[in-house]
Amino acid sequence: MSSSTELRHPENQPPPPPGAPLFDKPVSRLGDKLFSSAATGAGVLILVILAGVAAFLVVEAWPALWADPEEVPGGDGIVLYIWPLLFGTLLAAFFALLIAAPLAVAIALFITHYAPRRLATALGYVIDLLAAVPSIIFGLWGLSELAPLTVEPTRWLEDNLGFIPLFEGPASTTGRTMLVASIVLAVMILPITTAVIREAFLQTPRLHEEASLALGATRWEMIRMSVLPFGRSSIIGGSMLGLGRALGETMAVAIVLSPSGGITFNMISNGNPSTIAANIALDFPESSGLDINILIASGLVLFAVTLLVNMAARAVINRRRDFSGAN
Amino acid sequence: MSTSPPSLDKAPEPGEPPVVLERPALTHGSLPRRAAPLALLLWTALGLALYLGADLNPVVAGLIAAVGYTVVICGWSRSVEGPRKAHDRLVTAIVTGAFLVALLPLVSVLGAVLSRGLERFDADFFNNSMRGVVGEGGGAHHALMGTLIVTGLAALISVPIGLLTAIYLVEYGRGALARYITFFVDVMTGIPSIVAGLFAYALFELFFGAGVRMGIMGSVALSVLMIPVVVRSTEEMLKLVPNELREASMALAVPKWRTVLKVVLPTALAGIATGVTLAIARVIGETAPLLVTVGITSSDNFNPFDDRMATLSVFSYNQYATPGIPPEPFLDRAWAAAFTLILVVMALNLLARLISRLFAPKTRA
Repeated sequence: MSSSTELRHPENQPPPPPGAPLFDKPVSRLGDKLFSSAATGAGVLILVILAGVAAFLVVEAWPALWADPEEVPGGDGIVLYIWPLLFGTLLAAFFALLIAAPLAVAIALFITHYAPRRLATALGYVIDLLAAVPSIIFGLWGLSELAPLTVEPTRWLEDNLGFIPLFEGPASTTGRTMLVASIVLAVMILPITTAVIREAFLQTPRLHEEASLALGATRWEMIRMSVLPFGRSSIIGGSMLGLGRALGETMAVAIVLSPSGGITFNMISNGNPSTIAANIALDFPESSGLDINILIASGLVLFAVTLLVNMAARAVINRRRDFSGAN
Repeated sequence: MSTSPPSLDKAPEPGEPPVVLERPALTHGSLPRRAAPLALLLWTALGLALYLGADLNPVVAGLIAAVGYTVVICGWSRSVEGPRKAHDRLVTAIVTGAFLVALLPLVSVLGAVLSRGLERFDADFFNNSMRGVVGEGGGAHHALMGTLIVTGLAALISVPIGLLTAIYLVEYGRGALARYITFFVDVMTGIPSIVAGLFAYALFELFFGAGVRMGIMGSVALSVLMIPVVVRSTEEMLKLVPNELREASMALAVPKWRTVLKVVLPTALAGIATGVTLAIARVIGETAPLLVTVGITSSDNFNPFDDRMATLSVFSYNQYATPGIPPEPFLDRAWAAAFTLILVVMALNLLARLISRLFAPKTRA
């Protein structure tokens, strides 16, 4: 492709002096230079933007990091302010992943290996449709439809499984619990996780599958022996991408939870920690001065955590490309 | 076989029981062909009967039907076909069940938005702003326009950057820089939307002072989310352009930049347009970054460089979060805005699909 070099045409040109190179120097046109530097510039700009996101957050968070502990809401300093929020973020995202990951594997399997061929593409669209629903709608749905549905089951959980710290209770009467937030998050991260896993399952070498079927394996044995091992790193990577999404999801959690602070594993009561993103969304519009810096500092923590999770996820997914055996 | 094997029991030794040779079965037994659908039908009917007749909770009835079917089909299969097939049927039931479970929220979400959103989905809603409205009435005209302006500007920022980056990655990128850009574009898709909003706020605060709110800030925040999506989809499309086309163009001594502009891009145009439309659909529903950058206002403001604007998503959130007394008209407006938003997103998705179908390069089959 990089062939703006021109071959000398033997008839039209005098024979080259001995020792001259066979090719002319590559012709470099102004248009080429402009265009390639514009393209390169755009690429570099993206790196700059990403660095800028980090830099501006650090600059804005700086005053909060050295603020007098008294001035931070709660009065115990920035670390103790952010820690419960971080805990809530991790808790909600973890349980969301716990629900979503097995479902995503099952859905991906269904679409790639179980559904009738003609239906499969349409079903893929349907799942992608979930991804297109704006998060505010999931929030409204979680609060008005899902939350009331969970009131009775959580009461049952409290009565019968109350000895497990997760279901300690007292069960919420409104349903605005960590459990509901996790379920909503799970629904929201399902499409991205499914998409990554589905992609990997589709790439399973056809010959592996046919070989195991030919040896008499049932469909499940074929999947267990050839599809799942092949897709393992994608399952991990897709789940981690979903985790990253769940960590940063804002509006759905902000609407569903009624935060009361405090660190608890209790999933079904009204008293639960908020998440970083939801806390920012709830407090930012009415904040000013140092409070804004503090919120941005918490945003910086969230950014760092999601960045780590996403980079790890991408690294895992990319590793598969090299060793997959499909290429 | 035509001749029957010599039968041993023709002349049994006296006093001994006749020996019966049993031919070992070469295949396992298998369930009748329609066994699974029939059993499923039976249990579905039972579940329906429990729901309608016994007034059972639909979730519980569905659960009973699902578990009943699974147990019956697995037990039957185990006794007739053996444990391996039974296991296979169990997994089939679980996988299919999981898929159906995943469809429930989608159906429920769409149902809720439809039933509640239609309440206020009228002409008033699209012709009025919220200026001076404290109770019933009012509309989201200002918010709809705001959403279009903010998202349009975001597209205006991100499409050129995204397109050029994709061109760089496919046509020029070699070595470490291209690898870094690919990796960080991937990472950038995972930036939480609220962080993008905070970034835009921090950026503009440096120039305009604390508490700044402008439509363009929202556009910048949305571009941070949109650029990686545009890059990824454009990159995929450019990679699909056959190399022969590029080589043919270059063989005619067309400079590279004209090759890219006149040959590669037009070939991939349908796919790129599809990708851009989907990217717009993805960011148009974002709430969090707009909440912290654009804010909300109750009257018309269509100037993205001056003060707060209303957007549909924030409008919906605001109506829900700060309801008046009585709260019903506010909640109705919130749902109507959500319904409008979902309509816009679906329309964009449909448009994307249409573009890719209608304008795809003609190939000779």
